Amino acid sequence: MIYFNNVSKIYNKDSVALDDVTLVITTGEFVSIVGHSGAGKTTLVKMILADDVPTSGTVFFESINVLKLKNKDLTKLRRRIGVVFQDFKLLSNKTAYENIAFAMEAVGKTNEEIESDVPHVLELVDLGNKMSHFPYQMSGGEQQRLAIARAIINQPELIIADEPTGNLDAINTYEIVQILKKINDLGTTIILTTHNRGVIDSIGKRVITMEKGKIIRDDKDGKYVI
Amino acid sequence: MMTELKRIIKAGFVNFTRSGIVSWAAVLVVTITLSVITTIILLNAVLHFSLNQIKDKVDVTIYFTVNAPENKILSLKGSLENLPEVQQVSYVSAKEALQLFRDRHQNDYPTIQALDEIRDNPLGGYLNVKAKEVSQYESIANFLKSDDTLVLGSTSIIDKVNYNQNKTIIDRLNNIISGAQKLGFLVTLILIIISIIITFNTIRLTIFIAKEEIGVMRLVGASKMRVRGPFMVEGAIYGIIATIVTLIIFFPATIYLGKNMTNFLGLNIYDYYISNLFQIFVIILLSGIILGMFSSFIAIRKYLNK
Repeated sequence: MIYFNNVSKIYNKDSVALDDVTLVITTGEFVSIVGHSGAGKTTLVKMILADDVPTSGTVFFESINVLKLKNKDLTKLRRRIGVVFQDFKLLSNKTAYENIAFAMEAVGKTNEEIESDVPHVLELVDLGNKMSHFPYQMSGGEQQRLAIARAIINQPELIIADEPTGNLDAINTYEIVQILKKINDLGTTIILTTHNRGVIDSIGKRVITMEKGKIIRDDKDGKYVI
Repeated sequence: MMTELKRIIKAGFVNFTRSGIVSWAAVLVVTITLSVITTIILLNAVLHFSLNQIKDKVDVTIYFTVNAPENKILSLKGSLENLPEVQQVSYVSAKEALQLFRDRHQNDYPTIQALDEIRDNPLGGYLNVKAKEVSQYESIANFLKSDDTLVLGSTSIIDKVNYNQNKTIIDRLNNIISGAQKLGFLVTLILIIISIIITFNTIRLTIFIAKEEIGVMRLVGASKMRVRGPFMVEGAIYGIIATIVTLIIFFPATIYLGKNMTNFLGLNIYDYYISNLFQIFVIILLSGIILGMFSSFIAIRKYLNK
């Protein structure tokens, strides 16, 4: 599904974010990317979204060369990918309901679809009673569940979760991981970056370990080793 | 397409109300800009009114000799009226001139007595010529010089034309009028440019506050128009509200000026404001909306191209 071919990102001689990374992720996988801060995890996933451009190498999403996309096609690609960030990136002047509705409006869903699907997905992440709350009125865990609800609402083929538990406590972290596993069980490919040992060990799926911009390990039933 | 448009307009309104104080700050700045524009419209009216009054006082009088035949004078009047530069020609015959003179000096006994002494009418008729523009008197004067039907025997039937006396005044007035118009235009231009820059920067600031949101919207897969649209609607709302506020502010202001400054300005600003309210409304509404939408459009561009 996703192919990185010899991808490098070099800011200058002393600052190398990615160093000749080659990687294949297939449909339906749950891939965790681990490593210290600055290992290149976030840079790697940003390139799938064309939110960052490599210095050399190519990135493919199925048969699409992500780096050669025009603005319009890029928008189309991003609609096929759901993204969850460490800092949630919710729309702060919109309510929980409107945050989800906006993502549906963006892909051109009808009002009827929005009215029926939004309460449903908010129930799914246990936010049914917070529909008219603004993000600042919600806890970190609730905000992250809202972000996940937004990421899955348009049934994307891929979900990228970039340090989704970085700002959360143990219980909320556990809940988020459980939700992601459930989504993966329903067939969606998931890429998760984290440096949380507990998260990795509780998932028990493929783990890619990065260090200084390089992939140093790629284990099928991985554990957190660094 | 229609639902998209409805959603954009709705989002614009919702954003406007939720942005609270930031929205009202933007409205305030747009209001100031529109007030500047309205003030300039009113000042222009005063300037034009005064200039027209001054222009109206300028004319050229052609005095005829006592024995000038009336048919010649009337044919000259006809040909003057045919000139494109001429607005109006009025004829005062010798008799009427005498009557006017008598009326004017009815309390001046020695003069009337002297006049009675002469018996014959010492006054000739005259033509009063008003041009459309102050600058056109010269060509009218030239026309009179070149017209040879004005000659009776060997002497001209024209006694004198007071254009030459008035020439310096007319020329100076001409300079003042064109200078005032140029200066007015320049000041207008500078003031409007300054207010546009200030408005543009304020709106840029409101969008700068929302720059994270813009990035998130793009990442969620919203089209450029879907992101930009609500901001442009917000800009238009700034313009509409500012227009209403400006119109309301100018009611008491012009009432005050109308009461206290009419003698000084020669024009009742309040009457002018009321009778031109619709035109002023259209001008500032369009300026406000265009300014708001265009500023938003430009300001957001920087954050969209990511």
